[in-house]
Amino acid sequence: MKRLYADIHRRIGEFDLNVLIDSDAERVGILGESGSGKSMTLRSIAGIEAVDSGHIEVDGRVLYDSSEKTDLKPQKRNVGYMFQNYALFPTMSVMKNVMAGLGRPTEENRGKASDMLKRFRMDGFEDRLPGELSGGQQQRVALARIMVTEPALILLDEPFSALDSYLRDRMQVEMLEMLEDYTGQVVMVSHSRDELYRFSNELFVLSKGSIIRHGETKSVFREPENAIAARLTGCKNFSAAKVVDDHTIEAADWGVTLKLDRDIPADITSIGYRAHNFSPVYGEKQENCIRFDLMRVDDLPFEKNYYIRTLNDDAPLCWFVQGEEQRILEERGLPDYLKMNEDDILLLK
Amino acid sequence: MNGFIELAKTLDWSPLWISLKTGVVATIISFFLGLWAARKVIKKDYRAKSILDGILTLPMVLPPTVAGFFLLLIFSRRRAFGIFLNDTFDIQVVHTWLGCIIAATVIAFPLMYRNARAAFEQIDANLVYAGRTLGMSELSIFWRIVVPTAGPGIASGTILTFARAMGEYGATSMLAGNIPGKTGTVSQRIAMVIQDGDYVTAGFWVIIVLIIAFFAIFLINMITGKHMKNVRKW
Repeated sequence: MKRLYADIHRRIGEFDLNVLIDSDAERVGILGESGSGKSMTLRSIAGIEAVDSGHIEVDGRVLYDSSEKTDLKPQKRNVGYMFQNYALFPTMSVMKNVMAGLGRPTEENRGKASDMLKRFRMDGFEDRLPGELSGGQQQRVALARIMVTEPALILLDEPFSALDSYLRDRMQVEMLEMLEDYTGQVVMVSHSRDELYRFSNELFVLSKGSIIRHGETKSVFREPENAIAARLTGCKNFSAAKVVDDHTIEAADWGVTLKLDRDIPADITSIGYRAHNFSPVYGEKQENCIRFDLMRVDDLPFEKNYYIRTLNDDAPLCWFVQGEEQRILEERGLPDYLKMNEDDILLLK
Repeated sequence: MNGFIELAKTLDWSPLWISLKTGVVATIISFFLGLWAARKVIKKDYRAKSILDGILTLPMVLPPTVAGFFLLLIFSRRRAFGIFLNDTFDIQVVHTWLGCIIAATVIAFPLMYRNARAAFEQIDANLVYAGRTLGMSELSIFWRIVVPTAGPGIASGTILTFARAMGEYGATSMLAGNIPGKTGTVSQRIAMVIQDGDYVTAGFWVIIVLIIAFFAIFLINMITGKHMKNVRKW
């Protein structure tokens, strides 16, 4: 059975790493800002970074346990790790890189490496050095080098951050294809919500060394539950909130009182609203509406960003308009109000 | 010119062979010892690193005669360790070719160690980590990844070590002495013939040393230069 269990404790400079990841999902995502401890978590699982205490287990095999004094060397963990810069051995040919983890250069191992390179469409590049390959090709070689050792778990550390934006989109699709036949779990760490939304079934949100939200990826995006997770999943608009009654909540920074059909828990302290989710309203004010008092417009290649004045001048509302909606705006002009849809209102603690 | 050819025919070539042999053996010893020491030192924390680094570099900074003095203290057949070597293993260091090798190794070793250390410190640690997660043994990671990647630095360290070991004078003259055909190196021969006022023979040896030295530098530039192609000129 596939299951990663990692309970990791480690003292580091500004904060402590206290992470618990327990997942049987095929594709696990860890979302966090740079410096949140996500790479450290991955390195600890692979055994290339020391841990103070905890327990790490992959598919029932204990890799680390502080109370039993188990601490397998990275060589013995059977965990594949793809580094941000791929860490291909610069003096070795592509073929030798892929064979590096296979031990003796027997005919059988050569065949395995050859097959793997063919699968990743890198046949014909066997004798090239890593420095002669493009970023995308390097990534394929790095993954081939890992997959050929048949690891029980694959860890991807910000795999797309070294690529330019065009290649990044392409490699994200390619990565999913390349991993299709792999039956083990894959954990990907990233600061990019888009990458992880596309990639992972289960998502862990990491902030300052702690998991602040986890769950099925789409549900984490739908209900981030706290302000940091909401921000990391891309929410732009936040307001302090005061619960008035079970169905009424006051958004202090925006100067509106929102009425919801669902029950509002008493411990809600703030409200979030994603910039793409507003609906323009012309004429009469409706429920849950904010007056459209335009502060600034930014033109982007494929969208327009409107900034709406609120009670708090430091925190204008962002409204991002794309495609069809943009055409409607051009026809009818700017709306009088922006409506917040009940389902899109994020209630945060 | 005819004088030089005449000289070359009658010359005792033994200093050149002694120097070359000493240089090769001392370089081989320094090579492995230097890589090993460099690997050990970069693992240490800052404080231990500074202390160890100081000790290992000392022979390069000290006047060779001071190093020679300490070597005599250790290996003299009138002292404990020298007696021990002589009585137990029948090994004599003072006034032997072994003395040449030890003196040259001690003086040249820091060049190997420092170059290897600098090259190791430039290595992306992720390469080593990648080797580990791929299941490669530490030994295999060191010889197949670290050393080749640090190649240019190690190569120039090796050549400098060889040049320094071949030219060693001060410590060698104290520990091994200048016995013609046995411990008489080129450097010692030059000093000796100059004392006799024989500037022609001295000049001859000087030219040979110059050729070897230039060749060594040329070799370093060839090896490191390959990797400098992409450096912008300024």
